[in-house]
Amino acid sequence: MTQIVVLPVLLPLLGAGLCLVFGRSARAQRLISVVVLTTVVVTAATLLVRADRFGPQAVQIGGWGPDIGISLIADRLSALMLLVSTFVTLCVLLYSFGQGIVEYGRETPLSVFHPTFLVLSAGVSNAFLSADLFNLFVGFEVLLAASFVLITLGGTEARIRAGTIYVVVSLISSAIFLVAISCVYAATGTVSFAELAGRVGDLPPGIAQMLQLLLLTTFCIKAAVFPLSAWLPDSYPTAPAPVTAVFAGLLTKVGIYAIVRIQTLVFPGDGLRGLLLWASILTMVIGILGAVAQSDIKRILSFTLVSHIGYMLFGIAFATQLGLSGAIFYIAHHITVQTVLFLVAGLIEYRAGTTNLSRLGGLARSAPVLSVVFFVPAMNLAGIPPFSGFLGKVALGQAGIADGDWLAVTTVAASILTSLLTLYAIAKVWNRAFWQPAPDADHEHDDEDDWSHGPLHGGGRVSSSAGTLMTTMWQKVEQTQRLPMAMGLPTVMLVIFSVGLTVLAGPLFGITDRAATELLERTPYISAVLGGQP
Amino acid sequence: MATNYVLVIAIVVLVACGTVLVLERSLSRILIGFVMLGNGVNLTYLVASGPSGDAPIIGMGSGEMTDPLPQAMVLTAIVITLGVTAFGLALAYRAWQLTGHDDVQDDLEDDLVRRRADLDHPSASFDDIAAGIPDEEGEDQPSEPTGVSDDELAAEIEAEDAHEEAAATRSQWVDPRDRDTTRHTPPDDTTTEEGR
Repeated sequence: MTQIVVLPVLLPLLGAGLCLVFGRSARAQRLISVVVLTTVVVTAATLLVRADRFGPQAVQIGGWGPDIGISLIADRLSALMLLVSTFVTLCVLLYSFGQGIVEYGRETPLSVFHPTFLVLSAGVSNAFLSADLFNLFVGFEVLLAASFVLITLGGTEARIRAGTIYVVVSLISSAIFLVAISCVYAATGTVSFAELAGRVGDLPPGIAQMLQLLLLTTFCIKAAVFPLSAWLPDSYPTAPAPVTAVFAGLLTKVGIYAIVRIQTLVFPGDGLRGLLLWASILTMVIGILGAVAQSDIKRILSFTLVSHIGYMLFGIAFATQLGLSGAIFYIAHHITVQTVLFLVAGLIEYRAGTTNLSRLGGLARSAPVLSVVFFVPAMNLAGIPPFSGFLGKVALGQAGIADGDWLAVTTVAASILTSLLTLYAIAKVWNRAFWQPAPDADHEHDDEDDWSHGPLHGGGRVSSSAGTLMTTMWQKVEQTQRLPMAMGLPTVMLVIFSVGLTVLAGPLFGITDRAATELLERTPYISAVLGGQP
Repeated sequence: MATNYVLVIAIVVLVACGTVLVLERSLSRILIGFVMLGNGVNLTYLVASGPSGDAPIIGMGSGEMTDPLPQAMVLTAIVITLGVTAFGLALAYRAWQLTGHDDVQDDLEDDLVRRRADLDHPSASFDDIAAGIPDEEGEDQPSEPTGVSDDELAAEIEAEDAHEEAAATRSQWVDPRDRDTTRHTPPDDTTTEEGR
């Protein structure tokens, strides 16, 4: 039964192959993707139950030993991350059907989208389940390669520019990761997390710290932690809505997951605590100041994404049970909320033709359902009680206060400030897009050229003939004035799921508490991987 | 264990050259830099694998085997580098198709925010946009909007860029650094006027 650990990695890859074979049939591609991802969600749920009941589920692929072979392992943390991420991926997939149908009609999809999307999902699963550094690297590369294709989908000028930045930054971080792995191997003779846990303690402290810093640098680039975060708001907003949504939800969280893993398993204790706390403070405050300065919904959301990464780092830095539990809860909450907000931004764009705040207005009257769908996750992001964002922030705050020294208290203060500023940024979006009357409403409808110098939005530098996936096509369908069910329903599903996180916060905190305990104990993980071996 | 200095020097040279190239603006140079960087990094695995020995096949050699694990890893890394480089080349080609060069441009939105700060105007997303709409007291006079709208600024920047690009096409080998200085001139400079 533990063998099902391989399914979240294998199934999407097989599905991607099948999708390529059926590249000409949109219906077959949709069917395959949904079946595959649904199965993976069920698998992830099973894994979470089993990991919670019987301890970490480990598999040695091909029967090689853990020292030379590849092993996959699902402990509580991995399984929970896997469940949330695959569920979110499934919802985004359903949303993308709706968008695809709206844009291209039922029969002519972009045949490369579904296979790439499935490969992305496989990469994310592999990163979550991997039990050694090198397999983690492969997982990262798989998801990056897929994300390169998705972020440049359609090859318009704005996306090529954004994609170039994204690709170059990712390449550099991969190179640093490779250097880190080779240094780890040279120092310890292994790359398996479980074996590293035993061997790093014997290294001279200077060398161990250098290895830790190298790995942290890599993961901080992936997670967009402050000094290394400039690439994110630059590259995310131009991609199609479902792509941005799934990137925002998952990719940075994979980096955070990797930080949790190495900070608890390989380099236990609160080494580098000061550094991480400062990084967390700067990430939170500078990120949110960036959001306040922007005037486009997608860009505001990209900056809040960067900013809220700081919260997770904050919980990790303490390396206490309370802090880790809060951080894990916050990751689960943030994956859901950030994804749903980007999906809503996509709906706003569909509805009004833009996400630029100076062109939006009056949506509360003309699209009441959309307003509710925006309002709930937005308040959740800002951390208004009783939503899960509030609960996560309270948990982190408690961890900070329990820790008690001045730096921890400063971080708690910074997190409260960030929360207020998030509310400010969100309120700005709400007031200007939903409450204020529409600015000269018919100005842009008859003027196709208007798009060519729309300041930000995907079309930024695009000549009107090149057109982005979203804008030009949607001009024509705008008259329908109703949200298509196919796009609306998955969004509503995710909103309900995010509210569900609030309602079920008790049991969820139970799981994250146990996950944090397990992380700090380390022995369940190590013995599950190394098995009977000495 | 004796360190292999030839390998170390090769790594240093490759990584240093690669780093310099990666800092360029043109994507094709960045890619060449990345390939050098990647090769340098791959060589570190040979250092990490320790002293050389017999081929790691059981029953083939008599002495010590070399460590096969870093070799397996480095093979994977090489394959990944190859694939990603191919994608990067396609990206550079597409950029060249669309714009005539493959330089990575500054972000338009960053430019907007910076210029707004230079001009010391409030952003268009500031309250002025709602001028004419009475607030709760209902006693506001419709005031003249003081901000520069995003559209105007964006149009300005685009005009400048178009100007630059035209210049770049006229003289194919314009030094990218020269163009950068053009881009960063304050908006009240003559360049802007020409751009318009």
